[in-house]
Amino acid sequence: MIKASISGTLFGISTKRETGDPWGITLGLEREEMAGAAPYSDERAREIIAAHMGLEGPALPILHALQAEFGHVPESAVKEMAEALNVSRAEMHGVVTFYHDFHREPHGRHTLKICRAESCQSMGAEKLANDFLKKLKLEWGQTTPDGKLTVEAVYCLGLCAHSPSALIDGEPVGCIDMHKLDELAAEARS
Amino acid sequence: MTKIYVPLDMAAVAMGADRLATAIAQEAAARGESVQIIRNGSRGMLWLEPLVEVETSAGRIGYGPVSVKDVKALFDAGFLKGGAHALNIGKVDDHSWMKRQNRITFARCGIIDPLSISEYEAHGGGAGLARALQIGPAATIEEVTKSGLRGRGGAGFPTGIKWKTVADAPADRRYVVVNADEGDSGTFADRMIMEGDPLSLIEGMIICGYAINGSKGYVYLRSEYPQAAKVYQAAIDVARKAGWLGDNVRGSGFKFDIELRIGAGAYVCGEETSLLESLEGKRGIVRAKPPLPAHEGLFGKPTVVNNVLSMATIPMIMEKGAQHYADLGVGRSRGTMPLQIAGNVKYGGLFETDFGIPLGEIINDIAGGTRSGRPVRAVQCGGPLGAYVPVSLFDLPFDYEAFAAKDSLIGHGGLVVFDDTIDMSWMARFGMEFCAIESCGKCTPCRLGSTRGIETIDKIRAGQDVESNIDLLKDLCHTMKFGSLCALGGFAPYPVESALRHFPEDFHKPALEAAAE
Repeated sequence: MIKASISGTLFGISTKRETGDPWGITLGLEREEMAGAAPYSDERAREIIAAHMGLEGPALPILHALQAEFGHVPESAVKEMAEALNVSRAEMHGVVTFYHDFHREPHGRHTLKICRAESCQSMGAEKLANDFLKKLKLEWGQTTPDGKLTVEAVYCLGLCAHSPSALIDGEPVGCIDMHKLDELAAEARS
Repeated sequence: MTKIYVPLDMAAVAMGADRLATAIAQEAAARGESVQIIRNGSRGMLWLEPLVEVETSAGRIGYGPVSVKDVKALFDAGFLKGGAHALNIGKVDDHSWMKRQNRITFARCGIIDPLSISEYEAHGGGAGLARALQIGPAATIEEVTKSGLRGRGGAGFPTGIKWKTVADAPADRRYVVVNADEGDSGTFADRMIMEGDPLSLIEGMIICGYAINGSKGYVYLRSEYPQAAKVYQAAIDVARKAGWLGDNVRGSGFKFDIELRIGAGAYVCGEETSLLESLEGKRGIVRAKPPLPAHEGLFGKPTVVNNVLSMATIPMIMEKGAQHYADLGVGRSRGTMPLQIAGNVKYGGLFETDFGIPLGEIINDIAGGTRSGRPVRAVQCGGPLGAYVPVSLFDLPFDYEAFAAKDSLIGHGGLVVFDDTIDMSWMARFGMEFCAIESCGKCTPCRLGSTRGIETIDKIRAGQDVESNIDLLKDLCHTMKFGSLCALGGFAPYPVESALRHFPEDFHKPALEAAAE
């Protein structure tokens, strides 16, 4: 059995295992369920912000926690943050928009990130991703009309010996091909 | 009870290791076999992942790559006793990939349970810290300096000198910051250490904190590595419980703690000053140097910023002594480099070896050529800011200076192999595009130059005024190289220039052909 039990929260997502792993051996990545995104409230946002105020430079941990809770970082949350951190809203806006990870609008229920960095390109990722996007009639960063799947580009997942690679709701997939992508998309949209 | 190792490494998980671990446990239970499944780090033979190891009287026998559908057959073949099977690779330590290496930084990776302090100590862990606490901060810095260790992040700055600068800077607080924003394509060594031997990084940080008289360490990890985040956070908790972190480190009276911070998808935050801004909760905008982070770093305090590999190597240097490390390598490149072999290769993975090995030997011999079976055309060394090296330069020895002399860099040790189907003008365009996407926007050559670069390469690819546009592109590269504040804009021209220099034919395709693509 694995020696240490893994629990606690990272990215604000519970990593505690509860079911389906009686042997306690999968230290695996549970999928980040966007389905559970809570409806936004200023009160809850303030709670989340307050919980991080003891940290040095708390802005990024707060933003990760807000996005984990609400599925995105709404404008009202940015306003709450600016007040709590005693910076201007413009400054806070600048921080939120600088980082690729934070989005202002809700994403699809599932997020598929396909790597398009050099190593994956050496194994044909560019054509694969373009064909896949064309099939779904999407551009990078867009969501399927049913709101089920957002497809994003990512630049390296550190799975470069298994190129091309992807991340579906935080779970890694190596050596992807069109068959695998179709499977992931079908599963996400079912 | 038989011990079975199934890696928790993200690459193994990407190839189905979690499902496999469960399947093995279920099958063992159904057969009434008593097994203990240990989730270890990866051995680095990534083409064999998931690589399952079984502990037998003859040593650890490996099977790989194993998928869930192989499990029944493996039990039938008696794999719990190391039985013969098509996937049996024999004793893992005797595998030629392992035997040819000199593992210093990765000595424990894949061998121990990453979250077990007792196994860590049984494999030499903790001895480095014990020695540091015994000889004192000044002698510790002296030892690191003498080892010749240089920053493994890419810039290759001597680690000991950096530590001494921070230790000597007058301040009420000093910080230890580990740069785990390993964004270069083709690199995964930081990730592997954080998943496979996280305690070595913790021990290295404690030693650093002790040497510079700092009490707080941060690890800035990229968000693309969720598994590393989970394992490393678990390791911090284990270390705290065991008294390695906290108010009284190992009973020495020294106070030190570590906090893991997650980045948010900005490549430029791998640049140290941008990383510090991000840690402070700001936009990841590059700072002008001076002042150096060693003088005014995190929150304006003297700060050591080291790469994961540099920091994780410290315990071993302290344990075995500076000379042991300094005796390895060539010229001013001392010690070992964990090479990351990636892209279109037959055998991809982590290969730690002394500096000085020729590039061709790595690609043709160790990596076994391309996965596609086609001839190798180019190798990009050192990530998206590294040069494309043609086969004609394959006798180049792998060390900082030899690569620099050929306008290339070894960077973080990533090697991405391409076969002959690659269009180098497209890769040059992608280099500029990546720079445009990831530029922090502070300085003009990088912010505007990258976009002008894309446009110019598009014109060349379309066959429009090819010669004069190539001249323009070269001029632009020159401006970016010498006019940018940090390495993003300053090095983005390397892949472009190297593509132009070594693969000019790809920039002179007939316009019709280019348009048809």
